[in-house]
Amino acid sequence: MRHLLAIEDLDRDGIEAILDRAESFAEVGRRDIKKVPTLRGRTVVSLFYESSTRTSASFELAAKRLSADLISLKAAGSSVDKGESLKDTCATLSAYDPAAIVIRHPYAGAAQLVAGWTEAAVVNAGDGKHEHPSQALLDLFTLRRRLESLDGVRIWIVGDVLHSRVARSNLIGFQAMGAEVTVCGPPALIPRGIEQLGCTVSHSLERLGEADVVYALRLQKERMAESFIPSIREYAARFQIDSRRLGPRQLLMHPGPVNRGVELSGEVIDSPQSLMTEQVASGLVVRMAILYELLAAGPERPVHAAGEHEASPTPIGQPA
Amino acid sequence: MSLAEALDMRSSAGAEVVLRGATVLDPVAGIDGVHDVVVRAGRIEELVAPGAKLDGLEEVDAEGLHAFPAFFDPHVHLRTPGHEHKEDLETGSRSAAAGGYCGILAMANTDPTVSTPADVEALREAAREAACVPVGFLATVTRGMEGEELTEMGAIRDAGATGFSDDGLPIRSARVLRRALQYQRLCGGTIALHEEDPELSGDGVMHEGPVSAALGLAGIPSVSESTMIARDAALAGYEEGRIHVQHLSAVESVEAVRAAKAAGVQISCEASPHHLCLTDEEVRSLDPRRFKMNPPLRSESDRQALIEGLRDGTVDCIATDHAPHAAEEKEVPFEQAAMGVTGLETAFAALHTELVLPGTIELGLLVERMAGGAAPFDLERPSLAPGSEANVALCDLGAEWTVGEDGYESRSANSWCAGRKLTGRVVMTLAGGQVAYRLRSFSLGVAA
Repeated sequence: MRHLLAIEDLDRDGIEAILDRAESFAEVGRRDIKKVPTLRGRTVVSLFYESSTRTSASFELAAKRLSADLISLKAAGSSVDKGESLKDTCATLSAYDPAAIVIRHPYAGAAQLVAGWTEAAVVNAGDGKHEHPSQALLDLFTLRRRLESLDGVRIWIVGDVLHSRVARSNLIGFQAMGAEVTVCGPPALIPRGIEQLGCTVSHSLERLGEADVVYALRLQKERMAESFIPSIREYAARFQIDSRRLGPRQLLMHPGPVNRGVELSGEVIDSPQSLMTEQVASGLVVRMAILYELLAAGPERPVHAAGEHEASPTPIGQPA
Repeated sequence: MSLAEALDMRSSAGAEVVLRGATVLDPVAGIDGVHDVVVRAGRIEELVAPGAKLDGLEEVDAEGLHAFPAFFDPHVHLRTPGHEHKEDLETGSRSAAAGGYCGILAMANTDPTVSTPADVEALREAAREAACVPVGFLATVTRGMEGEELTEMGAIRDAGATGFSDDGLPIRSARVLRRALQYQRLCGGTIALHEEDPELSGDGVMHEGPVSAALGLAGIPSVSESTMIARDAALAGYEEGRIHVQHLSAVESVEAVRAAKAAGVQISCEASPHHLCLTDEEVRSLDPRRFKMNPPLRSESDRQALIEGLRDGTVDCIATDHAPHAAEEKEVPFEQAAMGVTGLETAFAALHTELVLPGTIELGLLVERMAGGAAPFDLERPSLAPGSEANVALCDLGAEWTVGEDGYESRSANSWCAGRKLTGRVVMTLAGGQVAYRLRSFSLGVAA
């Protein structure tokens, strides 16, 4: 694997390789010393053009746990603020010879463009409304731990699918792992033609009981102003996941951050069916696994000129 | 009036040349055969049997080559004034000549816009200095393309504008378009319309459908175009005005134009080579340099409807919507990139490769539609009939070439064909009675 740009680029084996690797990092995470020397002397750039809590924090912690040197850049306060183009920023950062660039950008295809401009491995941490592959992988990891296999598992993705990169990556990832996916939401928030990705479309929660897993999406409050929905209240009345609608054997997921009382009621967030805390924990080990697979594993490892980069990766578990 | 007379170009002596043994095809004039094409003083003097002895003419060995009436593009962006870093009159007209064009109409969405008689006069004067093919200029319908007040259409026509268009933007207000159509009765000048309902297009960047759903890109629905065409056709019918619909992209739009024509509305329309050759599947590459334009690439059924429109005459002509952009305006994520692709240098070759060679349409039909853009603006149709001004595209239909490998005549490189291998190439162009272009590698057999 040279870059991680989209879940669409991975097949089931590719996904499972990352999830298996994440399992081994989960084991490391239970030790007193949680740091491994795998990426010692290598540089990871974290480049976030959009605000983020979970994704940036977990990628940065993942890089540190792997002993990489980290450069963390936010668009605000950097040269991006001064009008520097993505291409020029990329050229500047490449001068530091990073092993990986983790990028989040408000527009689709940004990570793919960066991949064409740098020698570094590129990780898409969210590009516009297109893809968010590490989120899909951590959700798959969380679910696989709970259910062992996703084959035949019925998953409903509920909410603002139109504006959600998580919905797109998860839809593709869930299906790649054998799950059956239904997307559900008001018609204006379900993209026209999405069923051609292989999912079922529903505009009502009536048959939500069929789901094994309910994956709720964040509803941005601005959607009301753009007349995608008439009001938050009307949305919640029809599409909020609450304890009345969520059955006792159904699992609940959400990528965060949650609008309490909009897409989810308070009581389901705190219910034992909710996997949201596990999702956050999975985020760290899955992102360690992504960096490991890109930079330390396999024959496709990018070759760098500097000699020290050629040192064979230290096996997991050796203390730093 | 010939194209050189009606439009503006750099003047020099008329061509004195004979195209020896060319396969001459002009379906409108009913010419289809192997002839020596004799051009004297910039006019087609006669078509004679190959081998005749002719004095004082440059000899061009055209054996195995096809001579067509040169093409006419009613929709190009020459970016002058204001955006000369993308294109200017010289590079744009050279690009046209390289594509076999003998006339082009430049759009008015420049900076500032072409909205006064002085703007038109300045451009015409510049074209007489710099353009190697006849160029006509459209002026905006509304001042500054703001959609509010009409330009001085009468004075602008007197200054020599070929017609009117707010291309790049629709005319939002039905009232404003109605007033323009009423005023058109005084001054003439076809009004060319970019049809799009901005309320429906929103912040869309590609066709709305399964591909936009998969990519998470905001979609521009087909009905954004077709509803405006229906509105404007109704207005044109009511005011007995004359409109030309630009860059049709959707099946619903073809149907709307077809219905308007059947109802007797004075309406013509164009389709672009990229809409005739490509679909929104290309956008999966997320490459805005080649695949981002407005209207967007649509579905296969839309493409088929455009082809059917070409066949049955609903689509009058092919227009490239040649829209040059600098590299940095395209080397950005898809949503941020400028809309538009270049097309003059590749239009014939691309359509020959994609539609004629597979047998989808006849060569004669392509030739007819490539020159069909003059009539909607009351300009003389390029013709190979003896006595006509020499407007000839000489093409090697067997030549294979890779687009972009030798660079472009255009200042910009955002060709939708970049990297494509095409079959068929323009090797020489006569435009407005003058030799406007010769392919560098096309060697001429010069007789004593």
